[in-house]
Amino acid sequence: MQIARDILTRSYRSMRTIRDFEERLHVEFATGDIPGFVHLYCGEEASGVGVCAHLTDTDTIASTHRGHGHCIAKGVGVDGMMAEIYGRRSGVCRGKGGSMHIADLSLGMLGANGIVGGGPPLICGAALSHKTLKDGAVAVAFYGDGASNEGSTLESLNLASVWKVPAVFVVEDNGYGEATGASYAVAGNQKDRAAGFGMPYFECDGNDFFSVYETAGEAIEHARKGNGPAMLHVHLARWYGHFEGDAMTYRAADEVAKLRAEHDCLVNFRRKVVGAGLLEDSDLDTIDTAVKDEIEAAVVAARKAPLPEDADLMKDVYVSY
Amino acid sequence: MTKKSFRQAINEALRQEMQRDPRVILMGEDVAGGRGGTSGVKDAWGGVLGVTKGLLTEFGEDRVLDTPISEASYIGAAAGAAATGLRPVAELMFVDFVGCCLDQIMNQAAKFRYMFGGKARTPLVIRAMYGAGFNAAAQHSQALYPLFTHIPGLKVVVPSSPYEAKGLLIEAIRDDDPVIFLENKVMYDDEEDVPDDPYTIPFGEANLTREGDDVTIVAFGRMVNFANQAADRLEKDGISCTVIDPRTTSPLDAATILDCVNETGRLVIVDESSPRCNMATDVAALVAEEAFDALKAPIRRVTPPHTPVPFATVLEKLYVPDVEKIEAAVRSVAAYRVKEEA
Repeated sequence: MQIARDILTRSYRSMRTIRDFEERLHVEFATGDIPGFVHLYCGEEASGVGVCAHLTDTDTIASTHRGHGHCIAKGVGVDGMMAEIYGRRSGVCRGKGGSMHIADLSLGMLGANGIVGGGPPLICGAALSHKTLKDGAVAVAFYGDGASNEGSTLESLNLASVWKVPAVFVVEDNGYGEATGASYAVAGNQKDRAAGFGMPYFECDGNDFFSVYETAGEAIEHARKGNGPAMLHVHLARWYGHFEGDAMTYRAADEVAKLRAEHDCLVNFRRKVVGAGLLEDSDLDTIDTAVKDEIEAAVVAARKAPLPEDADLMKDVYVSY
Repeated sequence: MTKKSFRQAINEALRQEMQRDPRVILMGEDVAGGRGGTSGVKDAWGGVLGVTKGLLTEFGEDRVLDTPISEASYIGAAAGAAATGLRPVAELMFVDFVGCCLDQIMNQAAKFRYMFGGKARTPLVIRAMYGAGFNAAAQHSQALYPLFTHIPGLKVVVPSSPYEAKGLLIEAIRDDDPVIFLENKVMYDDEEDVPDDPYTIPFGEANLTREGDDVTIVAFGRMVNFANQAADRLEKDGISCTVIDPRTTSPLDAATILDCVNETGRLVIVDESSPRCNMATDVAALVAEEAFDALKAPIRRVTPPHTPVPFATVLEKLYVPDVEKIEAAVRSVAAYRVKEEA
């Protein structure tokens, strides 16, 4: 497959940014300085980035409670995100949303979402907007294997097909809905669910950027051309618990160690592009260094940033009231 | 000015706003009604009670969207469409069906703006029928406006007449926040003079339908009519009432309620919703806190009992507040005298 050099470097940078952002949050959360909950996307980077590589700011995505990766992949800046997660006034949502509600509608990012299965109905509507306004854009719902069992998700698969709107349903199947395995909680399979709602099904290896990129391209093209919705099933794994602080007693002792050693999408990417002579190791090293500095700066800035003011409590409940 | 029914007033508001703004779309179960049927008539129903009849013909299938019976998906879709450039009016048919899609209203549409730091606009209207009186029983008769009023981020409208319905619905469609617009299903054939041209009635500004000196009656939706009838009867016995139609429960025109109670010193609240944590308790709390010194009698609330809405006609009639119950409550507060301390 031919992929332009700038897409390769941009995608690697985006994956590296997500990885470092999340690994750093893992460390910082343990200090107790970050309020609330965080759900980390480590190990899943190739999915968000491989899908969003096909999208522009006009396209819309809806994310999940594990949303940092989708935000970064859609172009939300790490400074605003880090400040938000620290509950600061300079946060992308002014400290009013936190980790589970990071959104930037100007970038087509309709929000991380604290409700499992919250996003797919919204994406039916965003896709309807794109179809009605004839802007050529698509709407993409990211959701997990857990959310794939929500009635709202199943209803959305039906509605999107009935309305024939440009929606793509991306099932990020990391094998766990919280602490319960998908092998227990998902009856049948995603492929048959897509078929049941009359939409094409694509699947890919979420540890391999190129697998995601290529397959997502087909699914998104199907929707963008006006052929109705598609489902993209991404097989991947999360490296941390459901949320930070989860001791993961439901996982085998060596499960995550094996994932890190054998299924690291960043290592896979480097091996492939350097092996094929598309990029040099030094190109990627340069990105690694730049990202490291960027995350460090974001943390330092977030820690120093001003807190919300008392008057912010009552702001933005309504446009007018 | 033409005599129009409540149903026609709503239909006209929708039509005029759809003519004005191409981003206004309708969606809901059977809002056209007939897609996929064997008669080939695509707007066979025009809404389950005919409120949206004719709009498909005028505006086409791209703007009048029938949905599957699938409230979670299409109410969520309406929220998503509103956040991304359209101005959807979604019909939830019976407000009781909110049980199937409350997440999309309560956790999504209502909270976008706040959670996203003021960066979202969600110009969404959800229309639904409410109210008892049709023998529709417990799952098709509730008056759930307090449930929505409880949720910050939502605006809630309960129109009391055809004139009110048209002006408030146009206001709702032009509003940039999510609005729940509740139509009492018993009122669809009520008629009054309604201007032909579009007009708006602002939210949060109560309407005084009667002005009097003795007792203030605050009533919501259909209950405004009952309150007016009760006031007419009481007038003959020398008890003069102010009747307040707040029009919207969120925002609530607290200032007008307090002003009137300060003048009359006596308050009756008429609310068709279940009595616990409803608008009657909300207004009573407001007055107890802000106008305690003005009160010359205990506040009386006229509400249904704390039961599901019954089916049988005799029980349903017993359930819903009526003119007689309002009249009795007003007489009791009018006659009340504070006991002199011994």
